[in-house]
Amino acid sequence: MPRLANDGDDHNTQAHSSPSTPQSPETTIERSKLEVPRPPLPPRPTNLSTLRSRPSTSYQEHGSKDGLLSGTTTAVTTTDVNTYTTNDGSRKLHTSIGSRSPSSSTLKRGVIGSPRLSDTGDSSSLRSYVPQLETREEVSSLFGDHITEEDDEGNSRPSQDVFSSQFEADAIDIDFDKEFDSIPEVDEDGNNEELAHSLWRSKSKHFMILSAAGKPIYTRHGSDAVISGYIGIIQTIISFYQSSGTSLRSFSSAGARFVILSQANLFLVAISRILESDSQLRLQLEALYMQILSTLTLPNLTHIFSVRPSSDLRRPLQGTEVLLSSLADSFTRGSPSTLLSALESLKLRKSHRDIINNTLLKSRVDELLYGLIVAGGRLVSVVRPKKHSLHPGDLQLIFNMLFEAEGVKAGGGESWIPLCLPGFNPKGYLYMFVSFLSLKNNNIRQAAAEEEIPKEDAVAIILISANKESFESMRSVKNYLVHELGRSRSLATIQNAIQAGRPLPTDIIPGTVLRHFLFKSKANVQFFMPSFTSYETPRLRRRLLSVYHELHASVHTKHASVKVHHSVSASHAALAWVTPMFELYCVAGPSTGRNALAHSANKVVQWVQKEEERIFLIGGAVF
Amino acid sequence: MASRPGAAGRPGGRFAQFKLVLLGESAVGKSSLVLRFVKDQFDDYRESTIGAAFLTQTISLDENTTVKFEIWDTAGQERYKSLAPMYYRNANCAVVVYDITQASSLDKAKSWVKELQRQANENIIIALAGNKSDMVADSPDKRAIETADAEAYAREAGLLFFETSAKTSTNVKELFTAIARKLPLDQAGPRMRQNLRPGVDLRPETSNTQGAGPCSC
Repeated sequence: MPRLANDGDDHNTQAHSSPSTPQSPETTIERSKLEVPRPPLPPRPTNLSTLRSRPSTSYQEHGSKDGLLSGTTTAVTTTDVNTYTTNDGSRKLHTSIGSRSPSSSTLKRGVIGSPRLSDTGDSSSLRSYVPQLETREEVSSLFGDHITEEDDEGNSRPSQDVFSSQFEADAIDIDFDKEFDSIPEVDEDGNNEELAHSLWRSKSKHFMILSAAGKPIYTRHGSDAVISGYIGIIQTIISFYQSSGTSLRSFSSAGARFVILSQANLFLVAISRILESDSQLRLQLEALYMQILSTLTLPNLTHIFSVRPSSDLRRPLQGTEVLLSSLADSFTRGSPSTLLSALESLKLRKSHRDIINNTLLKSRVDELLYGLIVAGGRLVSVVRPKKHSLHPGDLQLIFNMLFEAEGVKAGGGESWIPLCLPGFNPKGYLYMFVSFLSLKNNNIRQAAAEEEIPKEDAVAIILISANKESFESMRSVKNYLVHELGRSRSLATIQNAIQAGRPLPTDIIPGTVLRHFLFKSKANVQFFMPSFTSYETPRLRRRLLSVYHELHASVHTKHASVKVHHSVSASHAALAWVTPMFELYCVAGPSTGRNALAHSANKVVQWVQKEEERIFLIGGAVF
Repeated sequence: MASRPGAAGRPGGRFAQFKLVLLGESAVGKSSLVLRFVKDQFDDYRESTIGAAFLTQTISLDENTTVKFEIWDTAGQERYKSLAPMYYRNANCAVVVYDITQASSLDKAKSWVKELQRQANENIIIALAGNKSDMVADSPDKRAIETADAEAYAREAGLLFFETSAKTSTNVKELFTAIARKLPLDQAGPRMRQNLRPGVDLRPETSNTQGAGPCSC
């Protein structure tokens, strides 16, 4: 069955993922000459992160349930005292709160439909793949005092952990009132320079992009006057490693994690004080890189720097800053879609979705490559050619442009936008027709000017063509769609689905202990989540997302045979469960027992199986 | 230009539809002028246009005459320049915008005018709009381009000329009305775009996928 492209293809990911550096926990460095030449890739889940040692207390438990052809590996980490090293090299100390009998670490399985894949296939292939691809060499750490020769099994050394005080996601709070505030320009006599710098340093997260020649291209925070010093330092550090034939990938300093992605004459740098793994940050940097490619295309980008390595890329990128910033801010707020590299669909009855899919198919003209109907960043329907799938990373860029940034939506009319979708083809432009619909009161029309459409309610028809002259024909496709979807009452159906909102966890499983969960269907490259009702403020939501980031990192380590991960903190009990078919992350109250959590997790999986055709867009309209 | 007498629904009324394109350096206020004209709104912090936006607005010139503008609001960034011909190729009229507080923006406007006069429709009506006049109302020293200089240039090049403010609405309606009055309302000239069908087109351009049936899911 055709489906969205699975960019998370494990084998590709392995080929590009960074192996661990056994010698240096604080600095992950690789020999650049050994780097596999990599084409620009859409963000993809790095299933392998560089965890060197598994939790010392983890163990595997094979399914004993009769009748299971194969089961997922159920390695439950007992979290009483659980120290391990994450891929970013920092030490994490789990100390569980609440009592638990040792035997309760067995997660009851069997209720769930058993995944059809071999339980060893996934993890063993990971292990056999990676080590051969790249050779690691010992390199000195940037910060000598952070270096310690450590044995491979990773004895617990919590004192080394720059993050140790922040292990619990609850401890990481971003002041969202201030995080996105702009930093004042430094005035001519430099009176407020001190202030600007201290504001800059107070931000929890930074993204910066500079050219290989050291020219600033983009920064989320601060003007040139503020960041030029930092840019200089970063460039010096990076080029120091380059001059010795290595490339610096990440390091920690002063409670912040620095991750560097170098791509086509660019250095993209993330500095985060929020607990995130290197691979998660790298994914975010890749999304920013994809946005740059989307504006310029790879050949243009390469050409600019080959003509003049010292080119100032800000000019050709003019107008892209807002898109980079809205991407960056969605990462700072926490984005389930980015974390999971998956898309969310609007929950609709299958019969309703079929009508919409068929209408899209009928509306198709030769020039149409992709057609999408999207409600507030959630997919309603997709029409696409059989031979081309859609890449989640490309859609993330489109959704960011249309639903997060204001430029297009505020325009009020119909838009015709040249853009490169790097996952589809990084070398050329496509042309995107966008029209926002207003569905208020079932009165379907093009959004009127004076209407402010809340992000969640905005419904867009997106029609993508390779022909730049096809605006008029895309526009008549849209007119046809609006008319037909109105006639079949599909627009009203969409509107109702939007108004119904996401269900509460208790709507899904009456009486459940779960406060929230993320379910990713790997085959469909889509995820489902209930409403954020218990997490209304940005701060609470960020805490929740940090819990998810942590869970995600623990089950996506390179040698992870951990398929079920349970963690408890003062504010939550959480469970991650990974099978070849899905990933499930659940969060419940702190006193929730493991059995109750596992029970609810099973219920979620059962519910998803039952509702699969409603909550996911399966197949879509293919021609 | 689609002059369609009587289409306005009023007996004896005239209805005409014209294509208008806005050009000019980025951040001079093209989208703001359109937003003011089409929706009578202004937004202090407007993000740059991405690609181009297509909007329509209808104005009445007098009791009997209605003019509908189909407006292409283009992005001013350099990288979109190669797409500009697509928008002005069939345009009946153009508004070239500069920012009266930015000297370089008039140079850019002049180069657009030159390009339009060379490449666009021979009879294209071009208006030059010096936007952001509100900014010099309080602090005249912010003005970088004297009205007289721009006016002299406009006269020489045969352009309509207005200093406008999208923020305060000054001269916005006047600008578009003046263009409408200069357009050849009486000549029912050949339609510039044959495929420009007003209203809803219910026919798919091709029907080779019709009847594809339910999807394979």
